[in-house]
Amino acid sequence: MSKPVIATTSLAGCFGCHMSFLDIDDRLLDLIELVEFNKSPIDDIKTFTKDCDIGLIEGGCCNTENIHLLKEFRKRCKILVSFGECAIMGGLPAMRNDISVKECLEEAYLSGPSTVNEDKILPNDEELPMILDRVYPCHEIVKMDYHLPGCPPTADMIWIVLHALILDVDIELPYEVIKYD
Amino acid sequence: MTTTEIQTVLKKFRNDKTRLVDILLEIQSENGFISKQKIETIAEGLDISEVDVEQTMSFYHFFSCKPRGKYTIYLNNSLVAMMKGREKVADAFEKELGCKFGEVAEDIGIFDTSCIGMSDQEPAALINGKVFTNLTSFRAREIIRDMRKGMEVEEMYANTFGDSKNSSKLVRSVVRNHIKRTGPILDQNFQTGKILQKQLALMTPEEVINEVKRSHLRGRGGAGFPTGIKWEFCRRATGKKKYLFCNADEGEPGTFKDRVILTEKPEMLFEGMVVAAYAIGASEGILYLRYEYSYLKDYLEDVLDKMRKDGNLGKNPAGIKDFNFDIRIQLGAGAYICGEESALIESAEGKRGEPRNRPPFPVEKGYLGFPTTVNNVETLCSVVKVIQNGGEWLRNMGTKDSTGTKVLSISGDCLFPGIYELEWGFSINTILEMAGAHNTQAVQIGGPSGALVNPDQFDRILCYSDLATGGSMIILDESRDLLKDVVMNFTDFFIEESCGSCVPCRNIPTLLKNKLTRILEGKGTMKDFEDSQNWANMMQINRCGLGHTAANPIITSLENFRHLYEDKIQKHKDFDSGFDIASAVAESCEFVDRDPNI
Repeated sequence: MSKPVIATTSLAGCFGCHMSFLDIDDRLLDLIELVEFNKSPIDDIKTFTKDCDIGLIEGGCCNTENIHLLKEFRKRCKILVSFGECAIMGGLPAMRNDISVKECLEEAYLSGPSTVNEDKILPNDEELPMILDRVYPCHEIVKMDYHLPGCPPTADMIWIVLHALILDVDIELPYEVIKYD
Repeated sequence: MTTTEIQTVLKKFRNDKTRLVDILLEIQSENGFISKQKIETIAEGLDISEVDVEQTMSFYHFFSCKPRGKYTIYLNNSLVAMMKGREKVADAFEKELGCKFGEVAEDIGIFDTSCIGMSDQEPAALINGKVFTNLTSFRAREIIRDMRKGMEVEEMYANTFGDSKNSSKLVRSVVRNHIKRTGPILDQNFQTGKILQKQLALMTPEEVINEVKRSHLRGRGGAGFPTGIKWEFCRRATGKKKYLFCNADEGEPGTFKDRVILTEKPEMLFEGMVVAAYAIGASEGILYLRYEYSYLKDYLEDVLDKMRKDGNLGKNPAGIKDFNFDIRIQLGAGAYICGEESALIESAEGKRGEPRNRPPFPVEKGYLGFPTTVNNVETLCSVVKVIQNGGEWLRNMGTKDSTGTKVLSISGDCLFPGIYELEWGFSINTILEMAGAHNTQAVQIGGPSGALVNPDQFDRILCYSDLATGGSMIILDESRDLLKDVVMNFTDFFIEESCGSCVPCRNIPTLLKNKLTRILEGKGTMKDFEDSQNWANMMQINRCGLGHTAANPIITSLENFRHLYEDKIQKHKDFDSGFDIASAVAESCEFVDRDPNI
């Protein structure tokens, strides 16, 4: 039987959740025995080469690139997991949600105290992703099957959840693992 | 107000920080807001931090640190106001002034407010504390024009004063009572002072408690706790001092019966407070009167004065030895949650009206840490009747578990909205017939925190063991869109009125509103339906009654009008986020001047 396939990505995130993933330390060795990685920064595969079983999504969606990628993951993965606070709620990037995107762009490219942009050039190249009106949590774009809380989720939580999903058993998270403060 | 004048106000309240709400009300009465500078003076005078002042101020709807105009109009946005044409009135105000709700123009401010207790004469507004009822777009324009002329608010009344005491010298309001059916509480033959002097004076406090216990009287605020038992707990509790509160913070949308009792039977109410105080051993009583009813304050103070002169209040009321009891009126400042007893106590202590954790219960540790009983207006009136006629008499009325009568506030789609006093145990059908309701689609029993009931259940009986109610009944006919008009309005109400302490209460109503919006837009799926149900159940972990019931509009409509949701749900999809990429990028693309390529 072939191994389950995992894909991961970071959308509007800081890669902190992926760092926490690496924090499972020597259990990484157990993990590669159990699974195969496809599109993921872990193995640097840039595009999907096959359908996957589990997709871990770090970060919410702040631009059209994030949206396309998230939808691609939804198509390709059987189980999709919101991985960390930004994927679940938008997190830190969502602090801009109370301010209009116009104001944000104005501050960043025209009027900010440290901005030097004499020609008043704005990012409007066709190649660039378009900025969304606010930062969206993943479940407001596609159906998400699981939500892993934490900023970042702890290595133990990531391990317990992945392990259970791979072996198709119930996820049992002791209180200590989901308690953050 | 100068610094010295503020200090005079503070001195009047003995620089007591527990009287902060009164202090703020008095200082704000000058020009409708309290500036940062005044806050500093208040904080210094009370020896608390400015943040302490600000956190209390910011909790209440009627306090403001920004100017709200020489004239401030608070237009009710409750369900019944909407049903009776509030939107047209609101439009007229906005157009005439050229500004939106929440803004001030030409020194006239227009603001929304939750139910002001006038559901039988909506649309209604509070203008500088005075009530205006039965508004129309015509009247709205007229009122604004009168304001431009600089008229006094009372001069703007277009109709004569209301019936009975509403037109008395100290009230002079246009509010009408609409009493449609009287009973022992709305008793027209009630004789002031007689029961206290002739009957209470001959009883011991224990006898009073026993009589009330024998009557099986239960609290009329909605929760229905047995009054006699509450009193007994409080009497037994140890404390140097005890307090009695009357809860006149009638905020449940659609309820207005306490307003009518306060207008027509204040003597009976205050005598009920004397009875209760005697029973529990309280020396001080506080009537917590919602700000919306502050137009009754002078009148009520006058009633209290008369009672003092007649020897029924103050030193040895009704000539009872070793018993001293007086009552003061505490105004609220606009917060539904203050109708919850522990929030009410917090508010009376000058703080944010956030419910307390229980235990300890108020009967053990209440106002200022002393044993405190909080009773509803109607409960205290019933008590007077129990003393007059005996517990047995009350028990012979109503049903086995719900004795006596209930004063109902009936509003909505019926010919005769108003106040009806009935024995417990009547069916919804009886009420509909009585109020002249036709083509009724649903009835909201007990306000937003109660239940939305469908016609199959109209033979259900109103009593504590079947359909309990604090007295609000809103009748909805077939022309109403129950989800859009009713459930949405109620959910908005709870979002506005949550104190924000408990996470589920702070968040879930908003999430439910988002779900409902999606369903109404035709973007909902079965998943949204199930999520709503599951999330609503989480409300039980909140601290207080508001939190427990804030999802009831959704829960009871899902239960009783499931088909309305199902009709709107997309059946072929199991998930639809409703996300529209084109509208999400429109603003940024416009700003950077690029064509969206999606």
